[in-house]
Amino acid sequence: MKRLLHLPMLIGAVVSLFPFYWMIVAATNRTEDLFTSPPPFLPGGELLNNLARLEESVGFSRVAANSVGIAVVYTVLSSLLSAMCGYGLAKYRFRGRGLILAVILGTMMIPFQVLLVPLFEMMAAFGWIDTYQAVIVPFLANAFGIFLMRQAFLDFPDELIEAGRIDGCGEARIFYRIVLPAARPQLAAVVIFTFIAQWGAFLWPLLMLNSEDHYTIPVALSTMVGLSKVDYSGLMLGSFAATLPIMAVFLFFQRQFISGLLGGSVKG
Amino acid sequence: MTLLAEARAKPPGRRPRPAPWAFVGPAIGLFAVFFAYPLVASLVESFQTDERGETVWAGLDNYRRLLGDPLMPKALGNTAIILLVQVPLMLVLALLLAQILNQSWLRMRTGYRIAYFLPAVTTLAAYAIVFRVLLRADTGVLNQLLGGVGLPAVDWLNDPVWAKVALIASITWKWTGYNMIILLAGLQAIPREQYEAAAVDGAGPATTYVKVVVPQLRPVILFCLITSTIGTLQLFDEPYLLTGGGPGNATLTPIIYLYQVGFQQLDFGYASAIAWVVVLLIGALSLIQFKALGRRR
Repeated sequence: MKRLLHLPMLIGAVVSLFPFYWMIVAATNRTEDLFTSPPPFLPGGELLNNLARLEESVGFSRVAANSVGIAVVYTVLSSLLSAMCGYGLAKYRFRGRGLILAVILGTMMIPFQVLLVPLFEMMAAFGWIDTYQAVIVPFLANAFGIFLMRQAFLDFPDELIEAGRIDGCGEARIFYRIVLPAARPQLAAVVIFTFIAQWGAFLWPLLMLNSEDHYTIPVALSTMVGLSKVDYSGLMLGSFAATLPIMAVFLFFQRQFISGLLGGSVKG
Repeated sequence: MTLLAEARAKPPGRRPRPAPWAFVGPAIGLFAVFFAYPLVASLVESFQTDERGETVWAGLDNYRRLLGDPLMPKALGNTAIILLVQVPLMLVLALLLAQILNQSWLRMRTGYRIAYFLPAVTTLAAYAIVFRVLLRADTGVLNQLLGGVGLPAVDWLNDPVWAKVALIASITWKWTGYNMIILLAGLQAIPREQYEAAAVDGAGPATTYVKVVVPQLRPVILFCLITSTIGTLQLFDEPYLLTGGGPGNATLTPIIYLYQVGFQQLDFGYASAIAWVVVLLIGALSLIQFKALGRRR
């Protein structure tokens, strides 16, 4: 019985991994060869040619730089805001705190697509259409991040904060020098998750970015799909490039990755 | 008594320290501008319409129009099929895998865990495109593999039924591992003593499962169910890139329809009404699932 389970588990693993493998195969073979019979099942030597063609067709280096830039700026700002807000909610008592927390949690229940039309009109009114800030700014306040950071700071001993005050530390300094370093694991989880969310974001960037110079990788890939003559190798290379950083982050930071993932579901 | 507690006990009337607002304010301000305002605006717009370039009050017209619009039931029907087929399929599969990976005798558990979870790590747009290429009609890799074992080729993306199958298979591929990891954490949170106690009381594996595992896992399953339901109602990237909502709207989803109405036909009022129907459905379904599966006591 126990032995019988190995085979389905192995087949499942192959199904899970095959698309990744095939992305590599397709990205390193010529487009014309991908749909021959039988198709290539081994990586080829066309990687650089495919990359050159992708650079020529969608300006891939520019597109990748846009993706990295937007994701990094968004992640830094959003994580910082999450940490600050989470700290304020966890460690200060003030009128309206409970209400604010409830409202922030409530926003998580509402699908962001309901905001699309008014946000689009707002961006048009700001003259922000086709700009990076249109992709970055509207979603900077992140309820999940705030909630996760608040939970992290709740356990921080008040006595240490008070000791900092007695030593003459300002509130900002206490936050950056004493409290925030103690919450590094949770902050890492928030950073990883905000980065992944922005890196993979598709619908909003698709609406906002309409010149090729400003495309992120997912938007650029989606425009390639619609062409009459699709460069499949280039498409797979681009998809691989879109997936690679996230895979790397996952493989290097598995623990923070999973703990961020579980933050909302299982305690402990 | 700590100093902080003393500070709290001070009589009211003192000016509050500005510090909490310096920490909380920026995020609250952003929420107000980019969440609260658009939320209200979209509700208002759902009662408005555009007449010769002028926004006019339309009452319930947009919602009434939805009732007679065949595409919205189509999109909701597709969503219902995914909810009834894909979500249970994925969660049962995830629970099964979590259960197997929780067995100490299984070798290569870490390897399996990573292999099954890896799809959850892929960028949405990228994986949808990879599946689009893998599932290409005549010469796609999957069809060639099917041909290799003597099965006929399937027109995955251009047949209304197979397109749904393709969409369901893609989503299942991507999200099963994610749910598996969450369920596995839930299983591992069950104290070993409870299994031992059940064994001492003479419970067999089936009884142990029903009396120990299921009750402990209930909140975790509920979490997976609600997040999957919400995700299904918000489906956009996969059908948009895999099939474009086609063929013949066979994979149209409410959010793709919202996108078409709002940003291709530029009918903002009608798009807002569609959005609010989705919001209400998500709220209702989450509530029903919570009531049905939530803590019973």
